[in-house]
Amino acid sequence: MNWRWDLAWQVLPHLLEATLATLAAAIIGYSIALVGGLVMALGQRTPSRILTVAVRETVEFIRSTPLVLQIFFIFFVGPQFGIRLSPWVAGMIALGLHYSAYMSEVYRGGLEAVPRGQWEAALALNLSTRSTYMRIIIPQAIVPAITGIGNYLVGIIKDTPLLSVIGVAELMHTASSIGAENLRFLEPYTIVGLIFLLISLPASGLTRLFENWLRRKLGMG
Amino acid sequence: MSFWNFLSIYWPRLLSGVVITVELFFLAAALAIVVAVVAGLMKLSSNRAIRWAAIVYIEVFRGTSLLVQLYWIFFVLPLFGLTLEKFNAGFIGLGMNLGAYGAELVRGAIQAVPKGQWEAAYALSMSPARRMWRIVLPQALAIMLPPWGNLLIELLKYSALVALIGATDLMFQVKQINSSTFLSAQAFGAALIIYYILARLLLTPAVRWIEARMRRKLQRG
Amino acid sequence: MDETSDYPLALEGPGTPMVRFLNVSKRYGALMVLDNLHLDISEGEMVSIIGPSGSGKTTVLRMLMTLETINSGVIYVDGKPLTHMERRGKLVPADARYLRKMRAKIGMCFQHFNLFPHMTALQNCMEGPVQVLGLSKDEARGRAEELLAMVGMIEKKDQHPSRLSGGQQQRVAIARALAMRPKVLLFDEVTSALDPEVIGEVTNVIRKLVAEHNLTMLMVTHQMGFARDISDRVCFFFGGKIEEQGSPQTLFGNPRRDRTKQFLSAIKEAG
Repeated sequence: MNWRWDLAWQVLPHLLEATLATLAAAIIGYSIALVGGLVMALGQRTPSRILTVAVRETVEFIRSTPLVLQIFFIFFVGPQFGIRLSPWVAGMIALGLHYSAYMSEVYRGGLEAVPRGQWEAALALNLSTRSTYMRIIIPQAIVPAITGIGNYLVGIIKDTPLLSVIGVAELMHTASSIGAENLRFLEPYTIVGLIFLLISLPASGLTRLFENWLRRKLGMG
Repeated sequence: MSFWNFLSIYWPRLLSGVVITVELFFLAAALAIVVAVVAGLMKLSSNRAIRWAAIVYIEVFRGTSLLVQLYWIFFVLPLFGLTLEKFNAGFIGLGMNLGAYGAELVRGAIQAVPKGQWEAAYALSMSPARRMWRIVLPQALAIMLPPWGNLLIELLKYSALVALIGATDLMFQVKQINSSTFLSAQAFGAALIIYYILARLLLTPAVRWIEARMRRKLQRG
Repeated sequence: MDETSDYPLALEGPGTPMVRFLNVSKRYGALMVLDNLHLDISEGEMVSIIGPSGSGKTTVLRMLMTLETINSGVIYVDGKPLTHMERRGKLVPADARYLRKMRAKIGMCFQHFNLFPHMTALQNCMEGPVQVLGLSKDEARGRAEELLAMVGMIEKKDQHPSRLSGGQQQRVAIARALAMRPKVLLFDEVTSALDPEVIGEVTNVIRKLVAEHNLTMLMVTHQMGFARDISDRVCFFFGGKIEEQGSPQTLFGNPRRDRTKQFLSAIKEAG
């Protein structure tokens, strides 16, 4: 079996371009998850018992079912009821929702790690609930949550190929098209594998650096 | 078409899909456990070559997406003379991928066993193999059980990807049904519910039960 | 809460106490933590609460700070009910908005300081005035610096709590509470978590407060000598009730009840 360098060089530019789409998808999905996760975590701390349980069960449901299935569901169910979603929009919603559920667990852990005395001091100063969360609790909750949050960035990048199944033109999809066109998958898929390696290994290192920077900036640890 | 109607018509196909999913799960899990133990031990070896072989395996399979790995095994390996059936490609891909994550758990757990245990076994003149097998591994097992439980749930969810290389699991069946009938909500909804039942109502309690038994066994011993 | 609708809607007249506990009880399940408590505290009075653990003394402070709810009775602050509010001429349990309004009159210092770790000492003291009282940043800074100077922490105003000793943190905590200009200030065992060498830093600040301000103060403490020095009145709690109370000279020098005597001698032995 020979590696065809000519083919490899020919497809590389296309794959690099598709990598941008992959990174864009990952960043958008991650941004949605950062906010969505916080909403879901706070949603499990409301005074309303019904809301708390509903959010909790939703989070558990999303975390217990395959992402690829959720992607299919969101993309295909819409049209059945008259809502057409483009592959990108459906993909971002699915990715964002799925990772929001994971992030919410990380946030929950962070929130629970904040000492009770902080809540009491905020109450003694008569801070509003909003101020208490925004200025006192959440800044402290984020620090222990950083590691988990960082890990999911790498995870979401590796999950972007799943979007190819509904036609999102990211890296995997492009490689499959190229492979089908040329009737040869060795070069495209191997390059894709290498690109992922080259992204995920430094990404892990970067998140650790960011974690330390954030710790220092918040004056703790 | 109502949901119950849908189930009454398509339950045989869903059931056959579930059977394949479960078979894949157990085979992949078994492979993953074996690979994880071997790779985990290899990473602890004093021999550089052995250690690096393990590191390469672990980083490659953790740093690239499972979908990429499945496609590679199914589309590229035949070019090297190794053609696998879809089912086999599926469980081998899953097992190798999970094994890489599992290897880190195994390594971490072995290193977490208190040094004193190793020294006591040494003082009793146990051979290294016996020491590992009867003293260290059982304790490491208790330490790694909870995170392994989470890994197994991830395995169940990611097993859905084998449908994309044509293995006829549950995901594959509902995809087919969707393509021919466009009853997306019913088909994908049924799959979501079934995966949820498998993960949360069957797998999670089973893992907890094993954890509890292991804890009792170690305490009595 | 039970039928408190017939309690007075407000306290009026020249002798009105700053704080009144009227028939207040608190239960945790089957355990009666506070049993029909009656306690009046006059404006500007400094009252120390002593007693064995489990006697309910910390609960008294926490209920006043609305950190805990009460099961029966009414607490009044500055003539108005704290735990209840008026509706159609009768008292009903207070809602969140009313509680927040009334809570502004009370401040508290905690055993474990509870400073906000991600803010400097100065920022800790500015937080309440800016966010709650609506002061401008400059006004809040001016007030915070004045108070930090008073507690002797002005040089460390830009330090984070992790860089401060326990005594220093507690002093900042006192400044932080004072910045809200409460009418009643509560001290919950504020020296119990401190090394002996630095207890003096904190007690000196409290002495200063008593001497220079007309603040109403309620202090739970194990520092008997200190309590004796600065209190106007000492209450000895036992089993959820006030066993005995009186001036420091009377309670410490000439206790009447047996339990008080036992407690005081046990404390003395412990040194």
